Amino acid sequence: MTFDAFDTWWWPYVFILLGGWLATDMWRFLGVYLGGRLSEESEALVLVRCLATALVAAVIGNLIVFPSGALADVPLLVRIIAAVVGFVAYLLVRKSILVGILAAEAVLLTAIYVFGLMD
Amino acid sequence: MTHAHPATLYSSSDYWRWYFRGVVASASVPGLILTSAFIGFGGLAREAGLTLTQAVLMTGMIWALPAKVVLLGAIMTGASLPAAAFAVALSSVRLAPMVVSLMPEMRTEKTRPWVLYLLSHFVAVTSWVLAMENLRHVPRDMRTVYYGGLGGTLVLVNMGVVGFVYGIAGSLPPAISAGLLLLTPIYFLTSLWGSARESASHFAMLFGLVLGPVMHVLTPGLDLLIAGAVGGGAAFLIHKFTRGRAHA
Repeated sequence: MTFDAFDTWWWPYVFILLGGWLATDMWRFLGVYLGGRLSEESEALVLVRCLATALVAAVIGNLIVFPSGALADVPLLVRIIAAVVGFVAYLLVRKSILVGILAAEAVLLTAIYVFGLMD
Repeated sequence: MTHAHPATLYSSSDYWRWYFRGVVASASVPGLILTSAFIGFGGLAREAGLTLTQAVLMTGMIWALPAKVVLLGAIMTGASLPAAAFAVALSSVRLAPMVVSLMPEMRTEKTRPWVLYLLSHFVAVTSWVLAMENLRHVPRDMRTVYYGGLGGTLVLVNMGVVGFVYGIAGSLPPAISAGLLLLTPIYFLTSLWGSARESASHFAMLFGLVLGPVMHVLTPGLDLLIAGAVGGGAAFLIHKFTRGRAHA
């Protein structure tokens, strides 16, 4: 039942529809249905936010430690340093996401050219 | 635009005007940052082995970027459909309270339910932030069309961005390609930290960052769910513990 389990054209679309669309829009529709009957402050929602944050962070960790494509040709240490520099730059400069992205990309591209990683 | 409610003071040109104001409101700093994240997603989707149609369809159908990145992560790690759906659902629960808080801003007595269900599909962090900021400056009767313009434009533009980036990603120099694939992790590294409402979410993020790769080695296929449950659960326990002590 993985994404490429069946050699048919429609299986990936079923996967995206059930695993992606339904799993996401059901919460939005529930939100409309519930109307005002849900408080942002409840303890259950703190738990939900913790689980969701850890889950997305796990994907991010994997994208940095086990990347695919051209990023996999860059040594792990360079990827981690780029991410740390980007994050620190974000914290230092008014929590600007753009500054964080630019700083991380600058470290990555500089390392690639200085050490000739892509030659 | 039908005139089923003749009592309204607004003409159809008013509806169009507020629709276009919503469209224009999507061109904003948060909108620009979001687009940079979708540029990264276009490259990532190609590396994950999706086709162009699948990548663009995923953008339109799911819309929320965390859910899409989790689904891609699940596809890449070889998760089964139930595990992938569960992980995506877990990452999307937070959309329900966001929709709940947005609905009172938009609803009027004559708003038909299907309009609200349709508009709720556009709810994700960026459009929600923009809507919560801007809607109070919009006449109540115009808020649904305004949000339709705002949310619909963000979705359509970024579907185009994903398609375009997917199309050129194969012919980029390797260094640029590597930079493209770094966009998504850095976007979330910063935006997750910034959107945290309580320090427990900061702990959850740190635990998840470490547990994701560790579980990827130990339990491939279930790595995201285990990292999310263990990391998020531990962060919640810290939250309970520190709060308990503060109140004691």
